[in-house]
Amino acid sequence: NPYAGLVSHLRASWLSGKTRPMEYRMAQLEALGRFLDEKKQEILEATDLDMGKPSFEAYFTEVLLCKNELNVTLNNLSHWMKDEHVDKNLVTQLDSAFIRKDPYGVVLIIAPWNYPIHLFLVPLIGAIAAGNCVIVKPSEISKNTERLVAETLSCYLDDDCFAVVTGGVQETTWLLENKFDYIFFTGSPSVGRIVMTAAAKHLTPVTLELGGKNPCYVSDTCDVPNVARRVVWGRFFNAGQTCIAPDYLLCSLEMQEKLMPALREAITEFFGPNPKESPDFGRIVGDKQFQRVRKLLCSGRVAIGGQTDEAERYIAPTILADVQPSDPAMQEEIFGPILPIVVVANMDEAIDFINARPRPLAVYAFSCDSKVVNQVLERTSSGGFCGNDTLMHLTLSSLPFGGIGNSGLGKYHGKFTFDTFSHHRGCLHRNMGLEALNAPRYPPYTQQKLGLLTATFEVKRRGVCTLL
Amino acid sequence: MERTQHVVARARAAFTSGRSRSLEFRIQQLKALERMVQEKEKQILAALHADLHKSGPNAYSHEILGVLGELALVMEKLPSWAAPQPVKKNLMTMRDEAYINFEPLGVVLIIGAWNYPFVLVMQPLIGAIAAGNAVVVKPSEVSENTAKLVADLLPQYLDQELYPVVTGGVPETTELLTQRFDHILYTGNSAVGKIVMAAAAKHLTPVTLELGGKSPCYIDKDCDLAVACRRITWGKYMNCGQTCIAPDYILCDPSIQSQVVENIKATLQEFYGEDVKSSPDYERIVNKRHFRRVMGLLEGQKIAHGGESDEASCFIAPTILTDVSPDSKVMEEEIFGPVLPIVTVKSVEEAIDFINSREKPLALYVFSNNKKLIRRVISETSSGGLTGNDVLMHSVVPGLPFGGVGNSGMGAYHGRYSFETFSHRRACLIKDLKMEVVNKLRYPPGSQEKVDL
Repeated sequence: NPYAGLVSHLRASWLSGKTRPMEYRMAQLEALGRFLDEKKQEILEATDLDMGKPSFEAYFTEVLLCKNELNVTLNNLSHWMKDEHVDKNLVTQLDSAFIRKDPYGVVLIIAPWNYPIHLFLVPLIGAIAAGNCVIVKPSEISKNTERLVAETLSCYLDDDCFAVVTGGVQETTWLLENKFDYIFFTGSPSVGRIVMTAAAKHLTPVTLELGGKNPCYVSDTCDVPNVARRVVWGRFFNAGQTCIAPDYLLCSLEMQEKLMPALREAITEFFGPNPKESPDFGRIVGDKQFQRVRKLLCSGRVAIGGQTDEAERYIAPTILADVQPSDPAMQEEIFGPILPIVVVANMDEAIDFINARPRPLAVYAFSCDSKVVNQVLERTSSGGFCGNDTLMHLTLSSLPFGGIGNSGLGKYHGKFTFDTFSHHRGCLHRNMGLEALNAPRYPPYTQQKLGLLTATFEVKRRGVCTLL
Repeated sequence: MERTQHVVARARAAFTSGRSRSLEFRIQQLKALERMVQEKEKQILAALHADLHKSGPNAYSHEILGVLGELALVMEKLPSWAAPQPVKKNLMTMRDEAYINFEPLGVVLIIGAWNYPFVLVMQPLIGAIAAGNAVVVKPSEVSENTAKLVADLLPQYLDQELYPVVTGGVPETTELLTQRFDHILYTGNSAVGKIVMAAAAKHLTPVTLELGGKSPCYIDKDCDLAVACRRITWGKYMNCGQTCIAPDYILCDPSIQSQVVENIKATLQEFYGEDVKSSPDYERIVNKRHFRRVMGLLEGQKIAHGGESDEASCFIAPTILTDVSPDSKVMEEEIFGPVLPIVTVKSVEEAIDFINSREKPLALYVFSNNKKLIRRVISETSSGGLTGNDVLMHSVVPGLPFGGVGNSGMGAYHGRYSFETFSHRRACLIKDLKMEVVNKLRYPPGSQEKVDL
């Protein structure tokens, strides 16, 4: 196996204890901060070459959000690393009971191409913070960013403990044959299954950040221009190539009519009369993906946009009206700048529609009536939920970010990343003395001893008065 | 086989109906479980005795006391655990509602083990019900009396569609694992753990695997040997060694090996009397297959104490082996029997290296008067859990998560950790549809001023 040597080198580094001290971890994290500062321009250029990512977006998601995660981690690491003392029962009252945060060892982070820095860097921050050695496998599809990461990351991080592996399906398959102590994967559900199956062979725990079709319900009582802007922003960010983008809209026929001019207005406001010329609108990452997304245009009717340019891998910001559940655009995650509108009679029908489908990474609901927003929240299930906006729940690092069912398992961001990459070890440090207290538990077993044991182990319901 | 499909489908339909979600319903079901344990105590103890030769007070303290405690804790805390948890907001979300909503996962599968057959289905079941799920319970067929009892009792007390019991062996479990669940909690061995995880991978089902391994027990020269050995004897020979967190083997300096043996022998006398076989407090190996497996581990070993056996009754006397070679068979697999090998090491460094060169165990034990040494062992090793100066006890502290790492498992449960294991933590951000001016900063066209802001 071409990577066995690398993995065992990293494992030896981990066993040496190098990554354990907080100072070491902070130093590596600070180096990552310098990477983001010093390579900012290169990051903007690489992502522009890879998918025409507008520099505003690239700065926001690939640099700013990453620095935020870094700072949250640097600010809190010593607190997160501390042993967490826990509630004890009567019998352990005089002991020390705590949760120790142990690193797992050698972890693997597999990142996708759509936010190619963010989606390896944010997990990497948590993995380093938790004291692990890490192999990063960036996506070969965003090849300029892949090259940047492969060539420069090692200038910042300790290469005894951190490595970048490049390659495609074959290389990833070989990599996955090795034993890792944790695998963090971001990508599609079908590859997620492959990763988890490979992990099962070594009993390696995993976090899978996958995807699905994120529904967006718009009720009849809403501020149409604001809804239109927020939806357009979330849908066309990164030319639609966002795992939590609103994938399709559910609304009444009436609302579809009302929304259309507002959507058109928002698109023009953001990207001008010809989005192809806007520096703020991206491109599809590759030819294969372009072909796939373009086929989805044969759904419903093109109400806005629909233009494409294969040479540039450009697909215009597009709204499809009157889309049927059987149409191509409703069969797979779109991951492109196309927003189908599926007409439903009312909120109940929208909720049933959502619940008849695999659970998505995000559910969105827009309404001026908070009861409507809460109904959609309570009666559906998804990784996360945002009421009256799109994407924004991702920017709050105190919220866990992850999927459910087909959209994934596990979560991260902020402290959740640190916790993901730590083993929470239950520790009890007892006294060698006071042996008399242990007497009731030893054989020969008697009812009397049992009575004593019950008294010291039992958890009583509060409010149950034992005098009665 | 069709029956399992039907049972799971019915549980899913029952979950979809929404009736398992309200706190009142969950607490009502948990109260019913509590009544079941109290009213059927005799039958439960009888089943445990039939399966493992567990005596009344023993079985009560190991399997019933813990369950009642867990029920009381969960019913007490459930409203606070299940309440939405507001989170710290940033400047952009200051005016919004941001919180974590705890939601049920859906239909959960619990696969129990045979060594503590009642508590190992009940404790996960309590957590799964508390989190609002439907639960399919699959007790181990090896502890057949308890399996049958669980299959008889649960439908008498709980909602029959939401919490069905499926009995059977390997074929039934394999069939069950082809169905889609929203979480699987499996207790058992690593080999089957891999099979469960691979089956779960097909449906992207998260798993909690409570597995095993060889839990090492290091005895430092500087410690009260009599006390240490008494505690070790208790944990090792409890349930005839068939405990996932039993101290599997001892590591100690050669100079104290014979003292350790003498102390354990004295304690065994204290616990089980002159004739262990006639003590009502000493259990039996669960079946002939395991009996033969454990006896096979004694081949070629120096038996310092014990070694007697009786296949007809699956009796193996409490046994101590000395000067055991790290390469011998008894040091390769989890013993899961009343055989205690002692491997000598010259220092704590050697002990730590020894432990680290092997798979991560479910539990680790270290006995020493030297607090620094204990802290060092904790810091330089990895294990599911750990108890210093005692054995097993970390598993009964309600605030500690119970689970393995590496080959000994993934995920954790007990108390609040059960509730969290069986819940989905959904991130919720509720914004105002007004206040659009704040959003203008993030919309295109992008400009350097916006970036600088």
